[in-house]
Amino acid sequence: MSAVMQLWASLHPVVQMLVKGLAVIGVMFPFGGACSLIERKVSAWMQGRPGPNRAIPFWFAWIPVIGPFLQRLGVFHLLADGGKMFLKEDSLPGHVNKFYFLLAPVLAMIPALTTVTVVPFGAYLDDAGRLAPLVLANLDVGILAVFAVSSLGVYSLILAGWASNSKYPFLGGVRASAQLISYEISMTLSVLPVFLMINAPGGDGSLSLFRVVEFQSGTSGWHGTWFILTMPLAAVIFLVSLFAETNRLPFDMAECDADLVGGFHTEYGSMKWGLFFVAEYSHMLIGSGVFVLLFLGGWNPLPWVPLERVAGWLHLVDKPLLLGLLSIVIFMGKGLLFIFVFMWVRWTVPRFRYDQVMKLGWQKLLPLAIGNLIFYAILIAWLQPKF
Amino acid sequence: MPYVVERKPLTLSERLYFPQILAGMRVTLKHLIAPNVTMEYPEQRPAIPPGYRGVPTLVMDPNGREKCVSCQLCEFVCPPKAIRITPGEIPHNAPTAHVEKAPQAFDIDMLRCIYCGLCQEVCPEEAIFLQNQYSMTGYTREEMVNNKARLYELGGTLPDSHHKWDKKKAAEAHGNAH
Repeated sequence: MSAVMQLWASLHPVVQMLVKGLAVIGVMFPFGGACSLIERKVSAWMQGRPGPNRAIPFWFAWIPVIGPFLQRLGVFHLLADGGKMFLKEDSLPGHVNKFYFLLAPVLAMIPALTTVTVVPFGAYLDDAGRLAPLVLANLDVGILAVFAVSSLGVYSLILAGWASNSKYPFLGGVRASAQLISYEISMTLSVLPVFLMINAPGGDGSLSLFRVVEFQSGTSGWHGTWFILTMPLAAVIFLVSLFAETNRLPFDMAECDADLVGGFHTEYGSMKWGLFFVAEYSHMLIGSGVFVLLFLGGWNPLPWVPLERVAGWLHLVDKPLLLGLLSIVIFMGKGLLFIFVFMWVRWTVPRFRYDQVMKLGWQKLLPLAIGNLIFYAILIAWLQPKF
Repeated sequence: MPYVVERKPLTLSERLYFPQILAGMRVTLKHLIAPNVTMEYPEQRPAIPPGYRGVPTLVMDPNGREKCVSCQLCEFVCPPKAIRITPGEIPHNAPTAHVEKAPQAFDIDMLRCIYCGLCQEVCPEEAIFLQNQYSMTGYTREEMVNNKARLYELGGTLPDSHHKWDKKKAAEAHGNAH
């Protein structure tokens, strides 16, 4: 173990970052794929079906209880689906603008995987006993970087729509871009109160997501309260915008099977199509991760019960590796819960009409978000000297 | 007097949207936990109700005699013309020689059959029945044509107490043939 640690320390920092980055991407990518399986299973259960439960490699069939159980869960369909994507004919329609057509799925993946770098996914206590985040790059601009990079994702939709040179993808791309741009505003405005709260006047300001969780890691009073309890409206606005930003039902204007065939990815097939989906699920994962960090206390198990206290109970204070794992598990648990909520809503609510989406975004959510911001700005200005 | 549907204005909770969505989510959550309503088909088979109209088959009577006398009524009544019968004589030395005729060939093209059951309805000998078999598949067109052997294999023997031809033979022996 120590030899491995020594080898790790002797590596060039760039190589270290590269390995860390690849490790996080190596987790994200299969998770994105796994979400598609979870989606299929959840939708099946909600519709009273068993869902995918057939595929099994024969050597797993030999394992008595676990093999059939995994088969019933449909775990191997994940591999079968992924493998199918790689093995299918990768057709390139003759009428498309080839360069941009091929660029679009790549562009979809880049922001999806780039935003991971600034999202802390766990924490541990360092040698000095201070909480340190598990994050690829603990940027001070944190949330701003997430918004800035993830909004680049709209380019892939526009490119895919335009380059396909076909009317339905075009309409899908136009709708998607209009929708993403309109909901971005309310999304950004809805999180501002959180950052007003954590940045005391006079101190050096920060938009770091780690700071947000630190603020929620207290044991009593305001400092332990999760922001969903103090700012429920902001949380709701953020969540609704998140649904719109990730193109999930009830806002899946970009795909809209009924009137746009498949929307912007109608002309895509095999792995190019798969990349769009992995990107969508990665967006969902990161979106729910950010929501958990901002409003649900990140890796703290309960309000007013921060991670440090749990570390003390479990005697994990001087075991950063185990504590880090525990924090990741707690964080991922909350994140997956949100993934489930995403799917739950998808199979509950029918799709909005396009004008309803625009109306909701501009006439309802945006004024609400502005009002919410003003209300909390005044409230915080009035309250802040007192705590 | 036309029936007027009253369009009530939306209530506050309906306009707020969220209570309605939460109510919907409660419904879907109930379904998430509820047992499945589907049947895993090849392993589990549905119970076939009596009177089900499956694949048409030819049946034998309890004595193992083929009941069809190749009267060709089913061939004539068949709306999609799926049935093709070649009538044939019964050899004189056969134990069923007292029966009028028997089909030499009896083909039902299952690619044409519409499972209407008119053949069963029209058959004077109760020789053709639409039974429980509901899954007919094949790789070629030829495979989808059921010949006589296959039709009897599918049909088997059905209980029958008429024994029409045996009674007729007995009556003839007693001298009161009509």
